[in-house]
Amino acid sequence: MTDLLDDLLDNEGRARLIELIDEVTSTPARIAVLFPAVARAVGRGPADPDDPDGLVTPRVEDQARVALLRAAAQDWNTRDLVAEIDALYRHGDADEKRAVLRALDHLDVGDVALDLVGDALRGNDTRLIAAALGSYAARHLDAHNWRHGVLKCLFTGVPLAAVSGIAERGDAELARMVEGFTDERRAAGRDIPADATWLLNQLTSQRPDLDATSGTVPDQQRVRHD
Amino acid sequence: MRIFDPHIHMTSRTTDDYEAMYAAGVRAVTEPAFWLGQPRSSAASFYDYFDGLLGWERFRASQFGIRHHCTIALNPKEANDPRCAEVLDVLPRYLAKDGVVAVGEVGFDSMTDAEEKVFVRQLELAGEHDLPVLVHTPHRDKVEGTRRSLELVAASGLPPERVLIDHLNEVTVGMVAESGCWLGFSIYPDTKMDEHRMVRILADYGLDRMIVNSAADWGRSDPLKTAKTGQAMRDAGFSEDDVDRLLWRNPVAFYGQSGRLLLDPVDVDQTATFEGNSVLRGQRPA
Repeated sequence: MTDLLDDLLDNEGRARLIELIDEVTSTPARIAVLFPAVARAVGRGPADPDDPDGLVTPRVEDQARVALLRAAAQDWNTRDLVAEIDALYRHGDADEKRAVLRALDHLDVGDVALDLVGDALRGNDTRLIAAALGSYAARHLDAHNWRHGVLKCLFTGVPLAAVSGIAERGDAELARMVEGFTDERRAAGRDIPADATWLLNQLTSQRPDLDATSGTVPDQQRVRHD
Repeated sequence: MRIFDPHIHMTSRTTDDYEAMYAAGVRAVTEPAFWLGQPRSSAASFYDYFDGLLGWERFRASQFGIRHHCTIALNPKEANDPRCAEVLDVLPRYLAKDGVVAVGEVGFDSMTDAEEKVFVRQLELAGEHDLPVLVHTPHRDKVEGTRRSLELVAASGLPPERVLIDHLNEVTVGMVAESGCWLGFSIYPDTKMDEHRMVRILADYGLDRMIVNSAADWGRSDPLKTAKTGQAMRDAGFSEDDVDRLLWRNPVAFYGQSGRLLLDPVDVDQTATFEGNSVLRGQRPA
């Protein structure tokens, strides 16, 4: 259990989560039925009241599910772990899928779970899009799909604070795509999201040939809690 | 009048139905997993269906002020199809979820060995997951099917008060009343049971463990039959408290045994989305 999660739970929830962690540590396969029941057993709600959907800071139940999956993972070989991750995601509701995606940041499974990231990025659920673009995607997702994921955040209103690896992976091609996005918005007489301006500014500092409107770091640009 | 329809297949109904149900007093429903009117060809088809019951349909109901719960099971008819057998192994993942208030519909269709085996296994799963059970009784050979269902329930060791035997009529009500199980009646436009026959049964047997549902689905059926039964009760001299007991408190007591009912009023927001999609069809949420 992380310190952050420890602070978020009441005594009963904390005790219940410790019990669940002990249970999956001794019998990892139990996670199949304990993972869906986590919110009911341990607690639920935003970790940050200003981020009710947990786009940047995972919600209480997300963090508890991640803790549970990490505990189960300790005793599994990679093949069994990946099979269970696939099953938890396939049979999970949106909350459970989100927690699986969050957990990928902490699990050593290489690139074999990229299908799940791809599934989340194909949909329109902003909670899944945000969860899919953590450090796992930053490490493993190919450049084309990662850039499109970032652009999708701008389209769907997912704060870029949810996206890991912008400084490392942002490149000229992403700058071109974001500039196209802002051009279209401007042509349509629509507002430019602060995140788009900020991102373009970040990226063009690496590409002086692009003349970006200067921007400041948006309020929601915060350190990601991994 | 507040109504909990404890058995209705909303996936097959329209938004007009949701509006009419709300206007008639329906504030909560349970949607049992059943068959589609034609066979599923794989287990994956079940998973999409279960996901829909737990996801999109719950969201859709909430858009009309109605709390939606579901029961999950491999239904009796498809228990005979080997292509769907693996569903049994995956059911525990779904039975663990919020909003799943019973194992069901289980039971018999044609009373085959395969049906019995799947029925028994799902009674065990109900015990393992601490959930009540919704038992469908067959259209054909109903008396024998009901009798055998009660035998299997008794043999399972589940407390009878955690089992609801559904689709009863005048010839099956007596044996279920004696068993200690809950008694379910599906009020249909012209088969199974109608509201006036139902009122006579209530006069004979009382209101203990009695449950009435519309069982509305893709067939000819009426999602307002619960409300119409309430009216027939009043016409026959039952009190408002009797109506409330039959149409709200009894189903709440039965499914409440799951510990997973959510009955606080829904804050209706039709601009909300489920996984990025709304019920507004083309009108983007403001």
